[in-house]
Amino acid sequence: MCDDGRMLFSVLVEVSLREGVADPQGATIERSLPHLGFDGVRGVRVGKSIRFDLEAADEASARAEVADLCQRFLTNPVIEDATITVTEGAHR
Amino acid sequence: MAPRVGVVQFPGSNCELDALEAVRLLGGDAEILWHGDATVAGVDAVIVPGGFAHGDYLRPGAIARFSPVMTSVMEFAESGGPVVGICNGFQVLTEAGMLPGALQKNRGLKFLCTTVELRVDSTDSVLTSEADLGAVLRVPINHFEGNYTCSPETLAELQANEQIVLRYVTNPNGSVDDIAGICNAGRNVVGLMPHPERAVSDLLGSQDGVPLLRSLLLGATASA
Repeated sequence: MCDDGRMLFSVLVEVSLREGVADPQGATIERSLPHLGFDGVRGVRVGKSIRFDLEAADEASARAEVADLCQRFLTNPVIEDATITVTEGAHR
Repeated sequence: MAPRVGVVQFPGSNCELDALEAVRLLGGDAEILWHGDATVAGVDAVIVPGGFAHGDYLRPGAIARFSPVMTSVMEFAESGGPVVGICNGFQVLTEAGMLPGALQKNRGLKFLCTTVELRVDSTDSVLTSEADLGAVLRVPINHFEGNYTCSPETLAELQANEQIVLRYVTNPNGSVDDIAGICNAGRNVVGLMPHPERAVSDLLGSQDGVPLLRSLLLGATASA
């Protein structure tokens, strides 16, 4: 709980390419794995993760704000999806 | 009076001086529009140049679209003003929603720095009006994220409206339908990955960018 009664949440946004969008980085990693002796690895997809702490009145408003942030800035909805995890308390 | 062309400069732009030089060579007046100023300063056309605006952090163009100048560029475009985004500028215009689709990493994951052939597939745009339909132009490319992609519905719309103004003769980067450049529905906003400003003199290896930039200057004169 912050001084003003608002709560602190830790947020993890995982950005991945949408299904059907080619992922040349994932494909390249997957192709190189057998050369290193790692067999049986399939479906490699490369994305990025973004973490931050967020002050909000409650969990619902925290989630709504993160969803808006993802839609307008953290992802390009034409090619990317976001998986959002919100938990109470700051990241350590 | 010579048309005035504003070239946007973000931190990390690196083709703005080439664009200024090319416009002046063709008889236009050219000036820099600093990204932090929320105005296009009364120019007759805007070029969003290549480079790595704001370091391309997050995604190319993702941060640049929030620069104060972009609000003015959008208003200018909405009122019919000619706007051309080249390379990183194309990425900025798609991120800003001024052009549909997105640019992702090149198929093959290679940074491409070479000269390619482009075919003019529509002369109904502010960047191609003075080019010959079907003409093949030799123009340099210089990008890592130039692989144009969009939803099937958007692609069908682009094709039906002949908004795909330039196509690669040999696709270098995986772009859907060989797309090198598109325009908006109003045909006054064009984005392309190749660099016409680097093809304006035989000293640079090609003059094939001239008809494209001349089209823009003509559009600028009309909008003045």
